[in-house]
Amino acid sequence: MTSTVSMTVNGKQVSAECEGRTLLVQYLREKLALTGTHVGCDTSQCGACVVHVDGISVKSCTMLAHQAEGCDVVTIEGLADGDTLHPMQEAFRENHALQCGFCTPGMVMSAIDMVNRHDTLDEKTVRHQLEGNLCRCTGYHNIVKAILAAHPVMKGTA
Amino acid sequence: MPEGGIGASVKRKEDFRFLTGRGAYTDDEVRAGQLHAHMLRSPHGHAALGSVDTSKAEAAPGVVCVLTGPDADADGLGGLPCGWGITSKDGTPMVEPKWPVIAQGKVRYVGEIVATVIAETAEQAADAAELVEVDYRPLDAAAVTETAHRDGAAQIHEEAPNNLCFDWDFPGEEAAEAVDAAFEAAAHTARLELVNQRIIPHSMEPRAAVAEYDKGEEKLTLYCTAQAAHAMRLLLGAFVLNQPEHKFRVVAPDVGGGFGSKVAPYAEYAIICWASRKLERPVRWLGQRTECFVTDAHGRDHVTEVELALDAEGKFTGLRVNTVANMGAYLSAFAPLIPTFLYATLFAGQYTTPAISCNVKAVFTNTSPVDALRGAGRPEATYLLERVIDEAARATGIDPVEIRKRNFIAADAFPYQTPVALLYDSGSYERALDIALEKSDWNGFAARRSASEADGKLRGIGIAAPIEATGAAPSAIAGQLGARAGLYESAQVRFNATGTVTVFAGTHNHGQGHETTFAQLVTDKLGVPLENVEVVEGDTDRAVMGMGTYGSRSLSVGGSAIDRAMDKIIDKGKKIASHLLEASVDDIEFDSGTFTVSGTDRTISIGEVAFAAYVPHNYPLEELEPGLDEQAFFDPVNFNFPFASYVCEVEVDPETGSVSVERFTAVDDVGNIVNPMIVEGQVHGGLAHGIGQALMEGAVFDENGQPLTGSLMDYTLPRADTVPSFDLDHTVTPCPMNPLGAKGVGEIGAIGAPPAVVNAVVDALRSHGVNHIDMPVTSESVWQALQSAKAS
Amino acid sequence: MYDFNYRKASSVEDAVSAVTGAEDGRFLAGGMTIIPTIKQRLANPSDLVDLAGVGGLTGISVSGNTVEIGGMARHAEVNASSEVAAAIPALARLAGGIGDPQVRNRGTIGGSIANNDPAADYPAAVVGLGATVRTNRREIAGDDFFTGMFETALEPGELVTGVSFPVPSKAAYMKFPNPASRYAIVGVFVAATSGGPRVAVTGAGPCVFRVAEMEQALAGNFAPEAVADIKIGDDDLNSDIHASAEYRAHLVTVMAKRAVAQANG
Repeated sequence: MTSTVSMTVNGKQVSAECEGRTLLVQYLREKLALTGTHVGCDTSQCGACVVHVDGISVKSCTMLAHQAEGCDVVTIEGLADGDTLHPMQEAFRENHALQCGFCTPGMVMSAIDMVNRHDTLDEKTVRHQLEGNLCRCTGYHNIVKAILAAHPVMKGTA
Repeated sequence: MPEGGIGASVKRKEDFRFLTGRGAYTDDEVRAGQLHAHMLRSPHGHAALGSVDTSKAEAAPGVVCVLTGPDADADGLGGLPCGWGITSKDGTPMVEPKWPVIAQGKVRYVGEIVATVIAETAEQAADAAELVEVDYRPLDAAAVTETAHRDGAAQIHEEAPNNLCFDWDFPGEEAAEAVDAAFEAAAHTARLELVNQRIIPHSMEPRAAVAEYDKGEEKLTLYCTAQAAHAMRLLLGAFVLNQPEHKFRVVAPDVGGGFGSKVAPYAEYAIICWASRKLERPVRWLGQRTECFVTDAHGRDHVTEVELALDAEGKFTGLRVNTVANMGAYLSAFAPLIPTFLYATLFAGQYTTPAISCNVKAVFTNTSPVDALRGAGRPEATYLLERVIDEAARATGIDPVEIRKRNFIAADAFPYQTPVALLYDSGSYERALDIALEKSDWNGFAARRSASEADGKLRGIGIAAPIEATGAAPSAIAGQLGARAGLYESAQVRFNATGTVTVFAGTHNHGQGHETTFAQLVTDKLGVPLENVEVVEGDTDRAVMGMGTYGSRSLSVGGSAIDRAMDKIIDKGKKIASHLLEASVDDIEFDSGTFTVSGTDRTISIGEVAFAAYVPHNYPLEELEPGLDEQAFFDPVNFNFPFASYVCEVEVDPETGSVSVERFTAVDDVGNIVNPMIVEGQVHGGLAHGIGQALMEGAVFDENGQPLTGSLMDYTLPRADTVPSFDLDHTVTPCPMNPLGAKGVGEIGAIGAPPAVVNAVVDALRSHGVNHIDMPVTSESVWQALQSAKAS
Repeated sequence: MYDFNYRKASSVEDAVSAVTGAEDGRFLAGGMTIIPTIKQRLANPSDLVDLAGVGGLTGISVSGNTVEIGGMARHAEVNASSEVAAAIPALARLAGGIGDPQVRNRGTIGGSIANNDPAADYPAAVVGLGATVRTNRREIAGDDFFTGMFETALEPGELVTGVSFPVPSKAAYMKFPNPASRYAIVGVFVAATSGGPRVAVTGAGPCVFRVAEMEQALAGNFAPEAVADIKIGDDDLNSDIHASAEYRAHLVTVMAKRAVAQANG
């Protein structure tokens, strides 16, 4: 049985026919062709699929498209302003916080949410807050550096 | 000279695409009319396979066809090939059982494909797969590495008695006798039994593939998660699909990490190619993570006894190694190479041990096949050596630093012939260790240990001095050792008419940054601005030839091919410039993008030369072809030998057994460095991988071959809060064997970190009577070790 | 993933009738367990009835000596609540250690306790604080709620509307996480409550349980040394590749001791 699911994605009103079981990540990738959000596991752990729903980070592989009905969704494709990267994207580039790029969209979305939730950040907090995102390439070293670098830029205290 | 040449930490060209969601991975390839494949897999480790009744599944909604083993036979599909042959000590070739793409007669590991359902949607295919009725008769399994070759173990392949694939001695009888003599004369010996446990690669992108057959052109195109597109084409086309190479295109688009696990050809890729050819529709398969856990080629899985003989001064006089290596249920493409020539040739390490011998028994088991995984053989070699050295330090009472220094190959001893076949070209081992000791504040450790003790914790420090042979190549040597392929690399450097450059390379970038570093080579040598260079990889229709990216070979072999192609560009450019500048070609010099008539101010830029080459209005056409587009193959005469010194410091909570890595210092020597930022990133990743193996990761099967670590719920990967920040430094000893002076960097961290970590843990526990602990060093294993030590 | 009918309930009554009227209906709270379970084809419900739009199930409030948490309150909300942090800091901290930030943003207390995973964190708090579980039909004492592995006192059509936690004089939760899943290998919640000390253990056994011997010892002396030498038997404890029963039993003592130390500040 299918029915229509509508939401706002990266500022645009969208609708698509979905089954009950259609996951938010499938909605984004298959219905909207927004393939920047990735699927890296099937046990809700790797975090490659993280997007923002109504301003908070969620794993879009563990949320039904129907549950996002009427919500405001932001994906990795919705961050940059043309050629101008979001400060977190820029910090990832500047600090070589990505290698193969597969975990990167989820990493960036989690990192932005982390900065939004923390007035201050230190290395230990960043590492703990990255619990839900796995990376196999970087050893996390430069990801942690990038988030610490982006924090003051996003907070306007740089 | 434009900015961004060799030595600059240029920000990566590929990052904008990845950071904005524009990366194009295999699963992002969508084809009109595509079908979806679902693999029905064996839930048994070992079972006789009776009938596979597909009738109900075929009648299910959306199902187009269901394929089985007999279908593959009927259509003439071959088995998955093995790319390396090993000869046993009695002169017989290794046992190489057929690996059918879909099981026939028997299933031999959990996850082996028994049927493939092709349907209009992925969910329909998965739904229908539940309707396939498979008649299994479970058999006793042989799933344990140590015991699989013993009498009484279940027989997995008829042609492999005692499940033995090969029984290999190296370097040979004479060496074994020399080792025996060393032990007879030894003043001290050290011995360890250790396990180098099986680990799962877990690149973040699951394996995936999309196949499309064009009947009109009789051409098959396969998009897949591959590290070596040309090798994939050769192996699948020639051995499995009977698809001619010129009618088969393999594209490896953006690939989300490989670590060796995306080199081998996999059954799923063959099946969807076959299905697409049969059905004349595109067919796709996306691996679920739980599928990848049991079907991505696993790594390591050795059980080893190692003994080291020393003289009275602590000089190593002999090393003896006996290993049982688990191949899994079938031979994956490079599996036999790993516990043999990638392993035993590294037993000298950074040391002068004069006599070395080993025996390796490779066994089949009812477990997932193994193959290359970050380091592949070299981590296993380094681990046993660096562990037994620490054990020897304990036995002799010599400090672990001092014992290594007494045995290092001296910096002036190169080239150095080891007793295990390799000719080391260069090295400066003591210097790297000294820097690592200083940076890690080795001398301040006692104070840090006291501080930990005051807090109820145990603290340990450990070192490891890894070496590896990277840059596979050289083809001639590899051929003598059993390789069934060449191991050169190829590149094509094409100037476009307007002065921009396209580089076609046979390697593949899945995180290593080739799009940036290879462009840096061009900027550095040809003076073309970085933004005007594009690097194309991973497409057999675009790059002429190539062997791909693995074994830390891309820069030293592939980069050198680019360098050679650029030499040809300059040579031809000089001829064109000599015509345009009306000077003798011998008088033309080239530097930083400009051709100059020697001793004059008459110059022409390489861009102008390229334009003239493609718009040859004023051009010596009778002597010279138009165009500025050159190709080169590079096949080095030797491997190259990166080395490092690592110092790891851990803290152990004796109440719970928890281990935390508090400090990690790494001093690497990877020769000349093109992009320091990228090199550091590669080291970080390798170290985390190695720490993962040391403390967390381990694939566990029960005695029936059931995987107990089948998902991220049970298999521990390093996370941001379980690895430290790293303190890095490097020395530069250029490799004399390639024009760039480069060595590999992608694996050294994963090779050196495990013994550094375990040596540190053992150092922390030593005062409690613990002298060895196997990986992964989990909290419980530490706690149990402390309990047993207390009890004895 | 199996297909199912998705329904969004407008009220508790609507949700209950949708679930009971379906062939095999389940409530959908945060979905952090049921969605992955269906995805892996380990469950095949006919209908999922989403509680997200049901009024009265959200919210956190503190009045007098009670912290009231709505069944649909997310772990992140409990973790971030300054009221919870002031009244029962151990509870806020426990919520902040469940899963990962994204799981905490979706997962709910009602969903967690109704699922009763043997390694979940919340059951330790519910039992350790002597909380009361409120459902659409009744109130159930925390001690009676968890009846076995993945089993609770909930009847068909009964859903958790909220949990009332009495404020203890002091409490702490100490968790030894599974390094892979981050669930508890052993988690011990200790509290000094008006009814006496409570020690609740999750992760170690098939279901959360109390340790009477430790509670008695703490009644005499609420100090780490009171429990430091109390060993629990390992006969009924879980044993798997991550931890043997013997090791789990040992960790119960260590975590209990550390929790008491933390509770004492």
